[in-house]
This record gives sequence, structure tokens and C-alpha cells, in this order.
Amino acid sequence: MTDQAYNFAYLDEQTKRMIRRAILKGVAVPGYQVPFASREMPMPYGWGTGGVQVTAACLTPEDVLKVIDQGADDTTNAVSIRKFFQRTAGVATTEATAEATVIQTRHRIPEAPLTEDQILVYQVPIPEPLRFLEPRETETRKMHSLEEYGLMHVKLYEDIARHGHIATAYAYPVKVEGRYVMDPSPIPRFDNPKLSGSPALQLFGAGREQRIYALPPYSRAVSLDFEDHPFEASKAPHDCDLCGASDSYLDEVITDDQGGRMFVCSDTDHCRCRRAAGHVGRLGAPVAEGVA
Amino acid sequence: MTAVDALAGGFADPPLEAARAFRALLDVMARPGRIADLGGAVPPAPLSVAAGTVALTLLDGTTPVHLAGAHDVAAVREWITFHTGAPLVGAEAAMFAIGTWEALQPVGRFAIGTPEYPDRACTLIVERAELLAEGARLTGPGIRDHAHLSLPEVAAFRANRALFPLGFDCVFTAGGRVAALPRSTIVEDV
Repeated sequence: MTDQAYNFAYLDEQTKRMIRRAILKGVAVPGYQVPFASREMPMPYGWGTGGVQVTAACLTPEDVLKVIDQGADDTTNAVSIRKFFQRTAGVATTEATAEATVIQTRHRIPEAPLTEDQILVYQVPIPEPLRFLEPRETETRKMHSLEEYGLMHVKLYEDIARHGHIATAYAYPVKVEGRYVMDPSPIPRFDNPKLSGSPALQLFGAGREQRIYALPPYSRAVSLDFEDHPFEASKAPHDCDLCGASDSYLDEVITDDQGGRMFVCSDTDHCRCRRAAGHVGRLGAPVAEGVA
Repeated sequence: MTAVDALAGGFADPPLEAARAFRALLDVMARPGRIADLGGAVPPAPLSVAAGTVALTLLDGTTPVHLAGAHDVAAVREWITFHTGAPLVGAEAAMFAIGTWEALQPVGRFAIGTPEYPDRACTLIVERAELLAEGARLTGPGIRDHAHLSLPEVAAFRANRALFPLGFDCVFTAGGRVAALPRSTIVEDV
């Protein structure tokens, strides 16, 4: 049931046209951050106002929406955004990655491979990869226009000088189609290889910073590295304690004050599907019939 | 066409029809070579259904539009003005331009953005007799291996690609069908 007091998908048509034009330009220039007139949304900055506006501009009544927060479908941010679009757009929602046509995500890429029929919308806090190296927008804009990315390599080199390896674990910068250096939002670098060559369209929205950018399907997104220090996707060296997966990104959960801990899949849908298929981890219990 | 006719032919249900039209447009822009159905608007001739639908989906009072050649007639001018409020301007000032490929020449007139703001480039809505998945070979972002699209020529799009990240972007419309060619696509003769 749609709340009749709101336009379809909350935003007014004028705003959606503006966002849609920005998205199309973003798709035409992969990795370039298109400025847009971000609106106040009924949620605070940092809760996905950029992603919500991109999702609102893309949704059709036929879509099936999935929202994840750090991989989980059932955290506050994910639940409230899902309910927001249930009320204002009347779209169907799901927790199953394979059933969704639009997936809004905060800081993860689902483990299940995406398809051509899906759009992945990222919530982005700081879209400018050079921002912490150069605070002035006028300068970072010039650096992008001149393809002057030496500073980013200096930053990665300083990681190596200090830690012996590239210690950047999330928001690991990528170069898109050999041109723009792009912040993939704070996804773990474990997810970086999934950015490149994805059959799904990937859209990025930063509400407070008023930027939209895009990674068209099958685009190359190369994680920056050095010949002698190649990029390495990393994760906790454990298996999921619930489903036993050895190849998924894990969250560490503290279970008591005696140093007890467990590692579980960050992607809750992935873990649920594996357990439903009979996989059991170190601390997992077999799923009873009809549950999950 | 009388002035009253200009009032007809808009979306019956603007939020939903614009949403579906944009998704079709996003799909073809993100996957150059793909051809999709696009409808909803009933614009006056010679504006095609697809071009009229693109106009209703993307144009408003903030987007100067240029009508080229046979498209620069009173019926189209009135329809665009009534339904979108977009100011009608010369080619150099346009964010969108509508016309046949021949009428849009020389395409060097259109905005290609600036090095700092490559998004400030014109989108050409090119009316075609038909759209076929054959002809020029396309590679680049959005295309897995390669795609084919019946383009009006190759040289202009190669020159446009050479300007990347600057350059204009094209939406091709024929009847109720739409395809797109963003500036990022590499175009080659077959």
C-alpha cells in the first residue's frame, strides 16, 4: 500500500528528472563524480541519503528491492530504508539477492554473483578518493581533470613504508576504465574484485557531498597497487562459524568477556542460503525443516 | 495542429510512466548497442514517440533544448514548451538537442563539457528511420565483448571518443524504440 500523500518513490518529479540526468551523465563518464542538487531526505546524513535518492530515481513499480547494511538485511538502516520504499513506492521487497532487481547497499557487495537484470546502488559517505590527501575541492577537481593521481600512489607507498604492506582495508581506490580514480565507497577490499566486469549496473550516491557516479556493466575497475606489492583481497583467516563458508567475507562477533568470539558471514542472505542447503559451521546447528 | 493540440500527448500517469521510461533509457545508456521499447508520450510529427518520451522524462525548465532542422516547427516547439517548460535555444547553449543526424550537423557546435566538469555536455536525441543491432562494432564500458548498432556514420563517433572524458552523448530514437551511444564507447567500422 502506497502512502497517497507522497509522490511515487517519495521525491517530486522535478527532483527525479535532475537526478536521472545526473545518473545518465555518470554512466556516460564511468568513475567521474557528477554534481547533483541533493535533497533533504527524511533521514540523517550518513544513513544513505545519496543511495536513497538514486534508488528513488531508478525504481519502477515492478521492481523488487533489497537493502543491505554491511551485508545484513536485518539491521536498522536496512530495515528502515526498505520500509521507506515499501510505503512511498509500494514496491515488493526481498532479502534474497537472486530475487532482487534493485539492491541498495551500505558497504558490501553481495556474495552471490549479480546479473544483468540487477542494479546495485551504493551509499557513499565521501565520494572523493583524494579528499583526505587534498581537502580543497578546486584542487581535487583539477587533479581529476589532469589525471594527476601520483598523490594516491604516495599514500599507498606510505602504507608499505610504515606497515610493510598496503594497509588500506576498505574504500580501496580503483581506476575505472584507465581514466578516473574512484572511491568504491567503504566496501572491504575483499569486495574490490567484484566491482570489475560485473554484469550489473553499479550506481553510487553521496547525499551530503552531492555526487553521483557510476560503473557501467562489464567496466574495468583496477585496484591501485605496485608491481612488487600487488593488490590482494583480504579477509579474516577463518571459516564462517554458522555455515562453514571459507570464501565469504566475515564479521567478528564477541560472544563473552572471556575472549570468546565467532566469525560469521557478513552477507546474511548468503549464510542463510548455505545453511538452508545443509552446510553447517563450527558453532552452527543444522537447520530444522521449514525454518529459515 | 492548433494550440490546443499542444496540450495533449503527455504522460497519463507521469510518475510511473517517467519511471519506466527512465529505466529503459538507463538500460540502453548503460549497455550501448541494446535496443529497447520506449513509449508513453504522443508527440506531434515529426517527433517520434520515443523521442517525445525521452523529452518528457528528462527535460524541464532547467534544460535548454535545441530543435534542429525539420523538428524546429511550431507544433513541436509548442508541445515541448507546454509539457516540459524547457527553453528553446541555439545549438551552442543546448543541454539537449533533437533532430535527425543530418539536421544536427555540424555536431562540433554542441557542448562537450569542460575538463573539470565533463558532465556539462550536450545529449543529442537523434531521430532515425530504424534501429538495428548490426553495422558499426561497439566496444567499451557496458559491453561484454562487442555489440553492433546501425549508426548514421562512424567517423564522428570516433572523433567524439577521442575527446574522452569530454564529448557529447547520443540517444537514438526510431518510432517507439530507443538505443544509446555514450561518449565512452569505442566505435569501429565492421
